[in-house]
Amino acid sequence: MVEKVLMKGNEALAEAALRAGCRFFFGYPITPQTELAAYMAKRMPKAGGVYLQAESEVAAINMVYGASAAGARVMTSSSSPGVSLKGEGISYMIGADLPAVIINVQRGGPGLGGIQPSQADYWMATRAAGHGDGHVIVFAPSTVQEMADLVASAFELGDRYRVPVMILADGMLGQMMEPVALPEPIDSRSLPEKEWATNGHGGKRTHNIVNSLYLVAQQLEDTVVERSQRYARIKDEEQLAETYLTEDAEVVLVAYGAAARISRTAVAKARELGIKAGLIRPVTLWPFPVDTIETVIPVAKSFLTVELSMGQMVEDVRLAVNGRSPVSFFGHTGGVIPTPDEVLVAIQKAAMGEQFDLVPYHTRLTGGAR
Amino acid sequence: MAEHAKMPLNIMLAGFGGQGILFAGKLIAYAGMIDGHEISWLPSYGPEMRGGTANCSVCLSDEAIGSPLVTEPDVLIAMNLPSYERFIDSVKPGGVVIVDETMVGACTMRPDIEYHPVPATEIAENSGLKGLANVLLVGKMLAVTGFSSEKTLHAAIEKSVSAKHLDLIDLNRKAIALGAGIPDSDACTA
Amino acid sequence: MSASIDSAANEMVDKKSEILFERPHALTDAITNYCPGCSHGIVQRLVAEVIDELGIEGETVGVCPVGCSVMAYDFYSCDMVQAAHGRAPAVATGLKRVLPDSVVFAYQGDGDLASIGMAETIHAATRGEKISVIFINNAIYGMTGGQMAPTSLPGQVTQTSPYGRDTETAGYPIRVCELLSTLDGVALAQRVTVDSPKNVRLAKKAIRKAFEYQIQGLGYSIIEVVSTCPTNWGFSPSDAFEWMRDNMLPYYPLGIYKDIKAAKGEQ
Repeated sequence: MVEKVLMKGNEALAEAALRAGCRFFFGYPITPQTELAAYMAKRMPKAGGVYLQAESEVAAINMVYGASAAGARVMTSSSSPGVSLKGEGISYMIGADLPAVIINVQRGGPGLGGIQPSQADYWMATRAAGHGDGHVIVFAPSTVQEMADLVASAFELGDRYRVPVMILADGMLGQMMEPVALPEPIDSRSLPEKEWATNGHGGKRTHNIVNSLYLVAQQLEDTVVERSQRYARIKDEEQLAETYLTEDAEVVLVAYGAAARISRTAVAKARELGIKAGLIRPVTLWPFPVDTIETVIPVAKSFLTVELSMGQMVEDVRLAVNGRSPVSFFGHTGGVIPTPDEVLVAIQKAAMGEQFDLVPYHTRLTGGAR
Repeated sequence: MAEHAKMPLNIMLAGFGGQGILFAGKLIAYAGMIDGHEISWLPSYGPEMRGGTANCSVCLSDEAIGSPLVTEPDVLIAMNLPSYERFIDSVKPGGVVIVDETMVGACTMRPDIEYHPVPATEIAENSGLKGLANVLLVGKMLAVTGFSSEKTLHAAIEKSVSAKHLDLIDLNRKAIALGAGIPDSDACTA
Repeated sequence: MSASIDSAANEMVDKKSEILFERPHALTDAITNYCPGCSHGIVQRLVAEVIDELGIEGETVGVCPVGCSVMAYDFYSCDMVQAAHGRAPAVATGLKRVLPDSVVFAYQGDGDLASIGMAETIHAATRGEKISVIFINNAIYGMTGGQMAPTSLPGQVTQTSPYGRDTETAGYPIRVCELLSTLDGVALAQRVTVDSPKNVRLAKKAIRKAFEYQIQGLGYSIIEVVSTCPTNWGFSPSDAFEWMRDNMLPYYPLGIYKDIKAAKGEQ
């Protein structure tokens, strides 16, 4: 058995990237992800790689674009406001079919917001990581162990489908320490060669071009359609979710990341009270694990989505459930962490079969749901 | 409390930045890990670097840990008055409160908790262990709760002290032993 | 006798059919999108000639910007990367850090380099990124149809400075070579133009030096080419050069602003 070490989530992301063969990191300091950059700054030179503190998030993501074009496994990391800035580069990477791993250790927003844990960037990650018709694969770890494990998957899927991959964590996961068994390092020389890379043709082939510009409308449509076919394959093959006590669950919670940890405790408490509650924890947010939602539909009488936001993923749950059961929401935002007991109250309400959106506005101003 | 602490054990450590709150939490977390428990360690983080308040949630459990944020601690270690005041009411009935008497200087009115005031900072300074009041308090927690063993804590110290400061390992071990042997002060007994 | 005359004539024919001028190998046969008389065509060719002469096409990766040269990825035979507006220095940084033994150049215009990409430019320069930047300064946004550029001259009329660039409200043009020459990471900063055969030869020499300095690992190099935009300036190509000489060169004097080898007396 691999010996476990105690690590912060941010450090586990960094170490796992090194072990996945990543030797290039471009970033810019921002709380609460800074430990990741600091870890890379310390380890990269010793691993024969490059750590570069860019002048901005915009520059960092474009350095990632260049490094990926050259064929390297490359990573950048930031927190919410910084990821907004990366939007431009992410869109270009989508358009140029370049893989890379982008970390978002979310904090409260909008604007400068706060620095406490949040899940308010769900929409940005799954809907509009940048302009244009495109997606990034989004992973949502909920333990430090999973942060380490998903990094390798992120690099692999990125290379396989030629898409950027985002790991959507939050300040709680980034800052907390848990024991982690680190994955075995891979030999990056064993990775398949990227025939499309712009790494110098050496007189052996015609020139490669990395580009997202198509001035002829039909050509652009063809390109986007081809990419969408890859997206369809990703939706078919790459959905990931974990279930907890869902077999007989009448109230099914759906929560990811830090919110899933809190929800799991609340589900256990609900079971003690005789409420048949269960939890679906999406591990991929895009593709959203609609297939797992489908498996609980026959038994579930109601759904409850719990997020550290005013309600974003709940829209995907409602699309997946498609009116077949009420889908309610409970959340806190701005860095306020819900307690398991608060979630338990929401479970009790959901068990009564009504649909509600229980956000701080209602609890504070009216003392309860509408 | 009993010889062996009941799991889950949720611990809140709080004090000024610079008192070693996060390090003390790390020792407890490492000990829990070596003992084979599920553990989590979550620091408060904020813009202040030194002198602000620092706190740290540590969970020990034999099941997967849900929220790593401790809101109702079974054990509170408070190293200054603002932290004591902030967290004393959140301690679970029947819970354990260990305070650095030198820095807190307050007595609880709660009859439903075990209260252990120890002048940790003063004793540390008088024993050549300046700056290790935090570790003394971990020793005290060991004696009071039996959450781990001295042997495990020694191993935890080896994992937590950076290789550059090997000389600190012995001092930390001494602090654990010293803390475990300190009786409660009589400051709060009428 | 006649046989020898024939033979001499044949020799002359052979000499005549010797190839004296051809498309550099580093350029593809794609037809460019540049307007007639535009300086881009000349400068792009000079870069290709330098790549040929140094024999580095197989190790070279070029980065093209957003601007008139946005499609340069189709024009060069080496590997090419198209970058977001202004980000060519950052993209080139990423490429070069992964491929330290390759030759990486960025080809940028004034809006791209000195406006939206100024942060990337200054920081790539101060880091001493071992890249070569070819900077086309024609004092106007060409591709979008003739708007004011960061290098547009005081009083210059453009689509977005219809009454002439008013320095009270629009500020002053940026002299890029002068600005960058203060940075320690810069190995070479030289301003040239391509208005005459002599200046074209000088420009090519400068571009070659920029590539050589990169290969020698000396740092960041920039060759600013004061250029024309006959279409958006509203002149014939030759009048455009005339206007350039009269108006731009006084504001943007030609010359070497930084050359670390010369400074060390190595030249």
